[in-house]
Amino acid sequence: MEFSALLAQLLNGLAEASSLFLVAAGLSLIFGVTRIVNFAHGSFYMLGLYVAYSTVEYLVGRLGPAGFWVGLVVAPVAVGAFGALVEIVLLRRIYKAPELFQLLGTFALVLVINDATLYLWGPEELLGRRAPGLAGSISLLGRQFPTYNLFLMVIGPLVLGLVWLLLARTRWGVLVRAATEDRQMLGALGVNQAWLFTAVFALGALLAGLGGAVQLPREPANLALDLRSIGDAFVVVVVGGMGSLPGAYLAALLIAEIKALCVGIGSVHVLGLDFSLSKLTLVVEFLVMAVVLVVRPWGLLGKPQAGSRNSAPAEAPLRPAGNGLRWVALVVFVALAALPLLQTWLPYASVLAQDVLVSVLFAVSLHFIMGPGGLHSFGHAAYFGLGAYGAGILLKVLTLPMPLAFTFAPLVAGLGALLFGWFCVRLSGVYLAMLTLAFSQIVWSVVFQWEAVTGGSNGLTGVWPAAWLGDTAYYYLTLVLVAASVLLVRRIVFSPFGYALRAARDSALRADAIGIDVMRVRWAAFVVAGLFAGLAGALFVFSKGGVSPDVMAVGKSVDGLVMVLLGGIQQLVGPLLGASVFSVLQDSIMRATDYWRAVFGGVILLLVLVFPHGIAGFFQGLGNAWARLAARKPALLPREKRA
Amino acid sequence: MSLLQVRDLSKAFGGVRAVDGIHFDLHEGELLAMIGPNGAGKSTTFNMVGGQLRASGGSIQLQGRELVGAKPRQICHLGVGRTFQIAATFASLTVLENTQMALLSHHKRLYHWWRPVRDQYREQALALLEQVGMAAHAERPCSELAYGDVKRVELAMALANDPRLLLMDEPTAGMGPQERNELMALTKRLVVERRMAVLFTEHSMDVVFAHADRMLVLARGRLIAEGDAHSIRNHPQVQQVYFGSGKTFERPPQEPQP
Ligand SMILES: Nc1ncnc2c1ncn2[C@@H]1O[C@H](COP(=O)(O)OP(=O)(O)OP(=O)(O)O)[C@@H](O)[C@H]1O
Ligand SMILES: [Mg+2]
Repeated sequence: MEFSALLAQLLNGLAEASSLFLVAAGLSLIFGVTRIVNFAHGSFYMLGLYVAYSTVEYLVGRLGPAGFWVGLVVAPVAVGAFGALVEIVLLRRIYKAPELFQLLGTFALVLVINDATLYLWGPEELLGRRAPGLAGSISLLGRQFPTYNLFLMVIGPLVLGLVWLLLARTRWGVLVRAATEDRQMLGALGVNQAWLFTAVFALGALLAGLGGAVQLPREPANLALDLRSIGDAFVVVVVGGMGSLPGAYLAALLIAEIKALCVGIGSVHVLGLDFSLSKLTLVVEFLVMAVVLVVRPWGLLGKPQAGSRNSAPAEAPLRPAGNGLRWVALVVFVALAALPLLQTWLPYASVLAQDVLVSVLFAVSLHFIMGPGGLHSFGHAAYFGLGAYGAGILLKVLTLPMPLAFTFAPLVAGLGALLFGWFCVRLSGVYLAMLTLAFSQIVWSVVFQWEAVTGGSNGLTGVWPAAWLGDTAYYYLTLVLVAASVLLVRRIVFSPFGYALRAARDSALRADAIGIDVMRVRWAAFVVAGLFAGLAGALFVFSKGGVSPDVMAVGKSVDGLVMVLLGGIQQLVGPLLGASVFSVLQDSIMRATDYWRAVFGGVILLLVLVFPHGIAGFFQGLGNAWARLAARKPALLPREKRA
Repeated sequence: MSLLQVRDLSKAFGGVRAVDGIHFDLHEGELLAMIGPNGAGKSTTFNMVGGQLRASGGSIQLQGRELVGAKPRQICHLGVGRTFQIAATFASLTVLENTQMALLSHHKRLYHWWRPVRDQYREQALALLEQVGMAAHAERPCSELAYGDVKRVELAMALANDPRLLLMDEPTAGMGPQERNELMALTKRLVVERRMAVLFTEHSMDVVFAHADRMLVLARGRLIAEGDAHSIRNHPQVQQVYFGSGKTFERPPQEPQP
């Protein structure tokens, strides 16, 4: 290719790197000080763009062209103030919560902010005006290069320099660095931590808002930006090292330039095959992240993090099911089996039950690695999707008979888990969450782009069960398979393998010292979870007659997390309860209002703030309190009777 | 030949030489104490023998097999059991289940996924718990135990793989004087019965002098003395380095005096 074209791409890459850095810098700063991974950071970016649109439109009307630049400054400040508000109202309540709850709490915020934006600005894309004075382009080696990109190229390093000065030269900066490096020291300095945290969060939000605002002339404001930019920002921060600003810039540069190269080079010809590198852009950042995490698990310039400080209290030992639970299970099973007979009175019931059953299996498979395994996956939907697409592709593309396609589908997911799991089980905490997320994004992108086989964004259609598995028969197949899987997973949890998994979670140090291969046990568990998620996916695709890439999007993975946490992660019945309540709730909310995301976000926040142990945990807590109350009564009796 | 041969063993953390070229041997049937002030490098040595830390130099041989570079689980399967300075057990399992897990691992049953743990190696686990005096607590969750009791559970787990070598890092922390002596007496009995060797650290000098067959004295990563109770007691350098001037063995720095 031409040198000048490549150069133009590389310069564009520099501009991209600035944008990436602005979002990632705030995220990194906030993590460094508060140790919170702020999912809502992408929402601040999106808000920055929307607010900038409105302020610029308003101010240009009043002040003329200068209004553009004033608007570009006002918007980030407004977002920063909003960030401060969010910190005071919400985050202060979850600093002490387990990591997973923090992630979920901020994810709930994403949903709420997204719907609020929809309410305020409407569903239409909004394209801002050009920057006065920088609207044209300059000529570089005979190519046109937008002037505004030059402005962007400068602003990233400029902000890096300013923030660095702020941290290095001011007392406030000293405090921030102290908080990042050593908590105890901060306490000793006698600082009001609460306000320091608020200030840092506001600054982070402001930077994200700025990142969004400067995109105004280049990118239309739209509602998908929050998740897209948070994905990018996560990758940049993780690659650069959580908490390291120079690392963030380095990573942003690396990723932006690799992407630019992919676009610039276009197709390559290797071994007689044509590879389109430009198609790689959607996945390339996740590939970079996967490689970096495996080679340098703490990022390019990051430092090893101590394990999560806020762990939940130790789980109670497992108890075999009592007679009560067995009876309840039997009654539920019989009731579900009877549903199709009530078709005339409850026509919709068995359709809903079918969805609930699939969700239950998905949640149970996720719970297996999250609960007993302690591996918090943020990308479990990938295996559900692999099962669903596996079945669809085997049936439609390889034209296997339906029963065979159905049988092999979970194995496809299992293979995916075998591959990705090998990398994932090497990490823990936030890094594990990010890597699982990265892999699921990779799978998603492949499915999205490989149109010839997967149908691209339309997905696959016409994936129906064999004729002899008509309506009711398929429902019974689902019921039996899900029930059997739930029992099997339960059986595994009580077996040496399940115990080894729990042991490795409780103390990897001790497990290793008594000869347990911790990584291998986790890897095996990852595969088991993948297989069951794949089965859920296969059950899903034949019940719907098709599948689209949505089933493996981030949102679907988070749905799974919410189901598990809603039910209670420490109980084996948790995912069953959680998935059932979640599916029914989602079904009814989505039908009742357009703003179901906000309602859903509210439910998650309620869960995080009020029921941190989930439904099953809540009831167990009630039970324990009752037992304590009952045990208190003998205290009123004479002493010797107590003994 | 000795069971364990440690030669020129070193560990550096950045610039700090936590362990600096130590040599020692440990024989079958021997109860060897490693003593030294805080930060002397005792736990670091234990962690190198157990495989939790990789030595920066030197060698550790167990019956002629090199342990440097081996993983903890491999070292475990070679017949080394250990306890940690900060006891590590499985908090969400009962005392019995903790011990059963150690046995299941020893018998390579970890990937069995059908028969419940409940009725596997139950008798053996109870027998081990009986030995360390924890049988009465078998059904309690480990998270509820007093610290001294957690240490006992750890010991039972460490014994599950029939170790030839047992490493005990401050096994009696969290116990009263009476309990300490009982536990060490039990350890001595196990050494004889099972024909194994024990390397332990202990801050109470009374306990060390009463039970150890031999002792090593470490200070700032270096081995400064080695011998029986009598020779250590009278070793001038030990008195100097370990306790500072003016203090005696009867008043070790770790034991607050009433
Ligand atoms: N992971 C580590 N990184 C850096 N330095 C370490 C690390 N572990 C130990 N050290 C240092 O090595 C030295 C020896 O520590 P070690 O824990 O072996 O001492 P010890 O003899 O067991 O002390 P104690 O009686 O307090 O248990 C100390 O100076 C300690 O600060
Ligand atoms: Mg120590």
